[in-house]
Amino acid sequence: MSETLTDITAGLSCPVPKFDYDRVLLAHGGGGTLSHQLLSRVIFPLFKNRWLDSEHDGAVLEIDGVRLAFSTDSYVVQPIFFPGGNIGELAVNGTVNDIAMCGATPLFISAGFILEEGFDLESLRKIVESMRIAADRAGVSIVTGDTKVVDRGKGDKIFINTAGIGVLKNGIDISPNRCKIGDQILINGRIADHGVTIMSAREGLTFETTVESDTAPLNDLVSKILDVSNKIHVLRDPTRGGVASALNEIATKAEIGIAIDENSIPMDDQVKGACEILGLDPLYIANEGKLIVFVDSLDAEKVLEAMKSHPLGAESAQIGEVVADHPGRVVMKTQIGSSRIVDMLSGEQLPRIC
Amino acid sequence: MKLVDEFRNPQAAKDLAASIRRITTRPWIIMEICGGQTHTIMKYGIEELLPPEINLVHGPGCPVCVTPLEMIDKALNLAARPDVIFTSFGDMLRVPGSEYDLLAVKAQGHDVRMLYSPLDAVLLAERNPTKEVIFFAVGFETTAPPNAMAVFEAKRRGLKNFSILCSHVLVPPAIEALLSSPQNKIQGFLAAGHVCTVMGYEEYLPLSEKFQIPIVVTGFEPVDILQGVYMAVQQLEAGSSRVSNQYSRVVTMEGNMAAKNLLREVFEITDRKWRGIGTIPKSGYRLRAEYASFDAEKKFDVEHISREEPEACIAGLVLQGLKKPTECSAFGKTCTPERPLGAPMVSTEGACAAYFHYRKIEKAHYV
Repeated sequence: MSETLTDITAGLSCPVPKFDYDRVLLAHGGGGTLSHQLLSRVIFPLFKNRWLDSEHDGAVLEIDGVRLAFSTDSYVVQPIFFPGGNIGELAVNGTVNDIAMCGATPLFISAGFILEEGFDLESLRKIVESMRIAADRAGVSIVTGDTKVVDRGKGDKIFINTAGIGVLKNGIDISPNRCKIGDQILINGRIADHGVTIMSAREGLTFETTVESDTAPLNDLVSKILDVSNKIHVLRDPTRGGVASALNEIATKAEIGIAIDENSIPMDDQVKGACEILGLDPLYIANEGKLIVFVDSLDAEKVLEAMKSHPLGAESAQIGEVVADHPGRVVMKTQIGSSRIVDMLSGEQLPRIC
Repeated sequence: MKLVDEFRNPQAAKDLAASIRRITTRPWIIMEICGGQTHTIMKYGIEELLPPEINLVHGPGCPVCVTPLEMIDKALNLAARPDVIFTSFGDMLRVPGSEYDLLAVKAQGHDVRMLYSPLDAVLLAERNPTKEVIFFAVGFETTAPPNAMAVFEAKRRGLKNFSILCSHVLVPPAIEALLSSPQNKIQGFLAAGHVCTVMGYEEYLPLSEKFQIPIVVTGFEPVDILQGVYMAVQQLEAGSSRVSNQYSRVVTMEGNMAAKNLLREVFEITDRKWRGIGTIPKSGYRLRAEYASFDAEKKFDVEHISREEPEACIAGLVLQGLKKPTECSAFGKTCTPERPLGAPMVSTEGACAAYFHYRKIEKAHYV
């Protein structure tokens, strides 16, 4: 076997490209395999500790008997204003959601601003105001922060970092390790709205949709879910990298198989159309107001009902389940009834040529 | 979604699959030409629905896969120059050249941009008169008209700072080359519906007649593919060899005349090198002499860059339908989308990438 391998690779016309790039590519931030490599090869080995090892959206810490969830995220979205929201609202909701996905109640948020020289104050004021509104909506306070200004051309108008702290109630344990065969997988509505909104708003794309970003704080929905069931095993917000990446991360971490059904995944027709035109797979496109719930099948129905009765979950659906087959893999029943693998994305999703 | 959901209808797919099973009496080897079709076949697990006698082999119709190594190296050379804005469709950015790819050039600080339309590159040139804007014009007859339009428009606007790196290839000469090969095993073709949308299908009539082979112009949705296979098998079983048109909701015999006229205005036929296959006579487009000033190869003197590709390349065998990706022992082991050894693993339309993404386990069960 090894001899054949050598023969074949020796004969290849395409020389092996440098995969271990010596510089950061945009794809390193795409949430796919390259992002994971950056973490596993550069970041995790140096920061290694038991809290980081859980690779959750946030760290769960126990201090004097109180369990806290702690999380941080940076926001560099361009354009900074987009249909359905802006960078500020996104920054608050994103961190609120990361904490909520730990099963915790978010309480306090920090806000760090990196501003580019020349950025207009009116836009800044709008962004800050929408952060306050978002914080009020989520029931959190922005209690500390920082501002830095960089030379013109050294930043892109505004970058925001937020961090947040939340408290975990007793008995709540949300972790991929709790997944078991038969768990039902639920989602609170249409996927890919945020990513498609951003792509349509970006310079260079001339098609227009009326789709809006789904950015929203999910903590209230999470608390309703946790109120009706103590059998919630995993909560995950499928942001960067989309539903496919989130499910792959869970399948890998929990060493379980995931089966989903394409027909059951809620999606807007315009989003579908935009993805068709651009040759993008909506399963890999970012969401900012969606959560995936893994729940014991005994409680699935009442959790789905609770989700549907919440304003952020009217279109909730059961999209799949945890299976004994193909551990570590996500397999989808396609629209025409056959099945295929849903893989982790390797780099950035690039539009097809034709 | 209209005009899509009908062609992904599970019942229609099931019925067509049953019809194919009903009429199939012996093994047939059918090649789908276009990478987009390969992608659909893998994405929807169409082979699962077909009887074992039907063997679909995957053709060379992936523009990323067949663009020769030396053309990528030319692109890398141009993109790394100061005062150049190098623009391309997204897919080409990740294709490895001899040493690195366009994304790596971008990470080094050079101006490499992904565009959705070559006309955007013309506008970019107009807005940046001190920069040289180059568009990487690759692809088959589908992408040729917009690229021709970009050059036509740049000339009309009198732009001196716009050019294209032209690597256009054509489907019919590739079919002829495949069928002329003594190793050929292909008994029927699904022709690329989008190519025929532009070109029509007149060119395929002499090919079908010369090689006594059925050619079915086929669309890209799962029901299209299944119907295309059905129409090909119908002919094969009946011993006939005609050109038929499954994609009649889009394709006409004469094609898009406006696009064809524009192609004739801007391009002329030339020999082209295909990655993994070699040079095929009269298999591509180059800019006509009247448009030579828009030819980046001439303008920036990169015509001399040349790279030889060894004949033993399995990528070439895959692109000719002689081997399936899984028959390569590097597949999924030393060759993955993150570390592609060959172009078919890079592009989403590449046969190897399609196999890798959708078929890592053979029979997946949905419980």
